[in-house]
Amino acid sequence: MRVPLSWLREYVDLPTGETGRDIQAKLIRAGLEVEGVEQLGADLKGPLVVGQVLAIEELTEFKKPIRYCQVDVGDANGTGEPQNIVCGARNFAVGDKVVVVLPGAVLPGPFPIAARATYGKTSEGMICSARELGMGDEHDGIIVLPPEYEPGTDAIELLELVDEVLDIAVTADRGYCLSLRGVAREMAIAYGLPLRDPALIDVPPANSYGPLVKVEDPAACDRFVARSVVGVDPAAKSPIWMQRRIQKAGMRPISLAVDITNYVMLEMGQPLHAYDRHRIDGAITVRRATAGEKLRTLDGVERTLDNEDLLICDNSGPIGIAGVMGGAGTEIADAVVDPETGEVNGTTEIVIEAAHFAPVSIARSARRHKLPSEAAKRFERGVDPEATKAAAQRAVDLLVLVAGGTAEAGVTDVVAPRPVHSISIAADLPDRVAGQEYGRETVVRRLQEVGCTVVGTDVLVVTPPTWRPDLTDPNDLCEEVIRLEGYENLPSTLPNVPAGRGLTDAQRLRRRIGVALASAGQVEVQNYPFIGEAVLDGLGIEAGDPRRVTVQLANPISHEEPSLRTTLLPGLLGALHRNVGRGSTDVALFELGRVFRVDGTAETLYRAPRLPVDRRPTEDEIAQLDAALPRQPYRVGAVFAGSRDPQGWWGKAQAWTWADAVEAARTVADAAGVELTVRQDQHTPWHPGRCAGLYVGEQLVGHAGELHPRAIKALNLPERTCAMELDLDLLTAGGAAKAEGPKISTFPVATQDVALIVDDAVKAADVESALRTGAGELLESLRLFDVYRGESVGEGKKSLAYALRFRAADRTLTADEASAARESAVAEAATRVGATLRG
Amino acid sequence: MSAPNKSYDPVEVEALKPEEIERLRDEAIAAFAAATDLDALHEAKVAHTGDRSPLALANREIGALPPAAKADAGKRVGAARGAVNKALAERRVALEAERDARVLVEEAVDVTLPYDRAPRGGRHPLTTFAERLMDVFTAMGYSVAEGPEVEAEWLNFDALNMGPDHPARSTQDTFFLKDADSVVLRTHTSGVQIRSLLAAAEPPVYVICPGRVFRSDELDATHTPVFNQVELLAVDEGLTMADLKGTLDHMVASLFGEGISTRLRPNYFPFTEPSAEMDMVCFVCRGESVGNPDRPCRTCSSEGWIELGGCGMVNPRVLVACGIDPNKYSGFAFGFGIERMLMFRHNVEDMRDIVEGDVRFTLPFGMEI
Ligand SMILES: [Zn+2]
Repeated sequence: MRVPLSWLREYVDLPTGETGRDIQAKLIRAGLEVEGVEQLGADLKGPLVVGQVLAIEELTEFKKPIRYCQVDVGDANGTGEPQNIVCGARNFAVGDKVVVVLPGAVLPGPFPIAARATYGKTSEGMICSARELGMGDEHDGIIVLPPEYEPGTDAIELLELVDEVLDIAVTADRGYCLSLRGVAREMAIAYGLPLRDPALIDVPPANSYGPLVKVEDPAACDRFVARSVVGVDPAAKSPIWMQRRIQKAGMRPISLAVDITNYVMLEMGQPLHAYDRHRIDGAITVRRATAGEKLRTLDGVERTLDNEDLLICDNSGPIGIAGVMGGAGTEIADAVVDPETGEVNGTTEIVIEAAHFAPVSIARSARRHKLPSEAAKRFERGVDPEATKAAAQRAVDLLVLVAGGTAEAGVTDVVAPRPVHSISIAADLPDRVAGQEYGRETVVRRLQEVGCTVVGTDVLVVTPPTWRPDLTDPNDLCEEVIRLEGYENLPSTLPNVPAGRGLTDAQRLRRRIGVALASAGQVEVQNYPFIGEAVLDGLGIEAGDPRRVTVQLANPISHEEPSLRTTLLPGLLGALHRNVGRGSTDVALFELGRVFRVDGTAETLYRAPRLPVDRRPTEDEIAQLDAALPRQPYRVGAVFAGSRDPQGWWGKAQAWTWADAVEAARTVADAAGVELTVRQDQHTPWHPGRCAGLYVGEQLVGHAGELHPRAIKALNLPERTCAMELDLDLLTAGGAAKAEGPKISTFPVATQDVALIVDDAVKAADVESALRTGAGELLESLRLFDVYRGESVGEGKKSLAYALRFRAADRTLTADEASAARESAVAEAATRVGATLRG
Repeated sequence: MSAPNKSYDPVEVEALKPEEIERLRDEAIAAFAAATDLDALHEAKVAHTGDRSPLALANREIGALPPAAKADAGKRVGAARGAVNKALAERRVALEAERDARVLVEEAVDVTLPYDRAPRGGRHPLTTFAERLMDVFTAMGYSVAEGPEVEAEWLNFDALNMGPDHPARSTQDTFFLKDADSVVLRTHTSGVQIRSLLAAAEPPVYVICPGRVFRSDELDATHTPVFNQVELLAVDEGLTMADLKGTLDHMVASLFGEGISTRLRPNYFPFTEPSAEMDMVCFVCRGESVGNPDRPCRTCSSEGWIELGGCGMVNPRVLVACGIDPNKYSGFAFGFGIERMLMFRHNVEDMRDIVEGDVRFTLPFGMEI
């Protein structure tokens, strides 16, 4: 809502020195979101005056037609001589009154004006358009003024070019502030000044000879006022003051009847509609649409109506969507000049509608037809039903005043009884909500200021004013008191929070994982969870794979990516691709986040019950809510490309490899205190020979390794890109092992090396497992330090060299004891994996 | 070697003449002094103190002397050998020190050589910022609550007093699931607050709910369809708006330094009543840029205040929907976007940098924020 200060001052006698910024600060404190104060004409400087065009010479030798004019500007130029002005516009004739800016003036921009040579003439100033004066963005030529103004009259004052305009973002609960009346009320309270309420005007009582109106749905339309004015001059135009106020409020002047309805709406907040009476067939009827009915609205669009739409109809059918937009058929006709007689033909009899509609009905229709009109915006937020008659009266008065019409005596006022809604609150409730003592007297006074009637002592029975449909609950009344007493005056205290237990194990684990992976050289990313078929195709994930069963969005940002991720890899690989594309070619990324998995085809999935809100849902209902949701486990993933250790003076580069991906999984498992077992596996999108299955016990929890070359090619990734992905929920399902304090033996260690030859297909993990079992309790640690393939070990074989460390808790081991343990280890390896001792 | 000769007069043994011994001694000392490195010293040592050195030979001659002469000769030879050994030791210490010094010089390296071998990692500032907030509130006694990102509408909207016709429940603001009934991508973490209230048999409930939320906006310099929020909920007996204000003041002082406080401005949210918009004192200019064109402040656009988010007293209707008696309990809540806070706290100009995962953006933030 844009509110010109000059207009606002009509309703409250503000101190003259108050600036827009002062008022802004006051209103913000009272809870109006005043986003800014526009300074109209701040850099404008005269002379800017009314001129009368005396002569026009058409210059035709240029690309576009140009006019060289002589304009009478009275004495404004100091000489009284006509001013010579070159003008590119063509919407004026000799004798017209125009707005002339003279040399020495400054137009908004700032744009200083001087006499200048142009189109072979000297132009002593300019004839101005609305846009050049900062009045609006109309493109249709220069301003032609009504004829009654004298040449030389100051146009800055005439056009009210200097003003301040408050720009207020009105929240959903303050519909009444979508009017000068509402903002003025807030300002009056803020300044402690009286308000001149524009709705307090004399209105004749309803009678039976006004326009015929039938309301078939009184629940949706509890008030319908109709008035009529005859003898309206179709040639009459909106006066400049009205046009200017409408412009400053952010709307466009259109025609007199429309301008008047808009003006009254801005002033009182009551949307009005004006009908050409000759185009209405019979009684005006308010009813719901029947499905399939059609209406061409004012914007020229043919709309198919929904049976929930509330309509204004006549005998011919719908003539408007109530409170949203009128129909084209009953529109006020454009004034047309008869070329032979010069007579102006158009609408001469007007019916004014001032009605009150149920907010929800209007909101739904406006949304359904995508018509967020000024009227709908107000009805949605709640309009004062008691202002209907005054608003209609105001429109009638203006039609009489400005368009020479005559008000008809008939006053139609269809009223459905509305229950009076009162709220009982303890007089000290605002104190208890705020944490500050206001006292009963202040509470009552503040509630009365916003328009409530208040009775009672300890318990107050409060009836909110008709323009505040938002005041329904005790806390709404508390807010009124507290905001008017000033949120800035609230004390600052701290509650006594019971002792807490800090983060949960799962939360601390995610932190440890983040720190561990980042310390290992990986960079965390947070990717959007949106994926499409293309990336699953690229990864080579086949139909039937559970990762193909996605949760889909009805309104995705991109139709290429309508699904939620079932794996972290698409996002991670996308980020990898982006980094490599931007020149960061050596890169390791990780992400911790949820994926969305659909298991099975439970009928409850995606079917959340619509529960009431006036009671707690039952445990069963809560379970139904949860059953409607897909599984959303936490995962951790990582991707690697390029070098882990770049080439440098220390030696050659070392690439990130499948082993780093497996190591990242171990890092996560270590952080979780879980023992991870690695087994050879084959799983899309990993390289079939370089894929590790990651297990906790017999539970598969994820995969790591090098990606399949086909996936790498399809997704345009660097060669040998590696990846890891783990399900954190599965990883930690068994809980973390509690670390046992180790017993530290101070006896010396006995070290023995052993090299074993095994078939190439034998897995290191199996050899190690055999050695450990065979070596028995004396084995402290075991480490593979070399893998060798070559002639000396034979084709299809490999040699694995291990360093074994033996130690006893209670004695120094003898060489024989250590050798015996080693031999037993070798024997076990021979039995289990056919290992033979090398050389 | 001479055979023992019992009648030998000491003065007649050439090698044991006092002047001869002194000469041998001086020769040895001179040879050591002349040695310029440890190898030369070793040669000199062998020559002058070895088994075949003149002094060693002289020493052996003592045995052949008559007993009367032995003591005298032995004393003289012993003194000479002592002096020689001392000189040798001193020279060795000196030469070793020289050698050590030389080796250290030779072993010098260019310590300015770059050693950028270890890959550098980092945590995302959105993560660490949320952690920082969690730490502030867990220190106060709050717990951290989490919940699903795909959420039932009742938990995301209805229970929060956002009825079926609330404008946020349109496809312009909310991601809906396809072919689903009343399931959405959560638009705030408030559903977690509701879950916390439902889970508690009875207040008090003090929780902070960080998490990812979704609104159907396009990504641009200031908007992202996926962002992170932190919301707080406190429900207990006798909680007031003053408690809300104090909690906010404590939070901004923890994050932005002593003396930074908040202000509340009336606003409207369905889930709180009274509701407020919360601003904090600009931590850069502390308000000194206001009306001071010479010292403009980019962080607050010289407004002196920075908008943080929304807050208020929990609407009693929300408590009713969770089965909590609004006559006995009251509560307060607030919420804000972490991206926005990150942007003004760390001078991040473009939202896209936060969401695109470029390592150059994330690395400077390190492990904590
Ligand atoms: Zn600042």
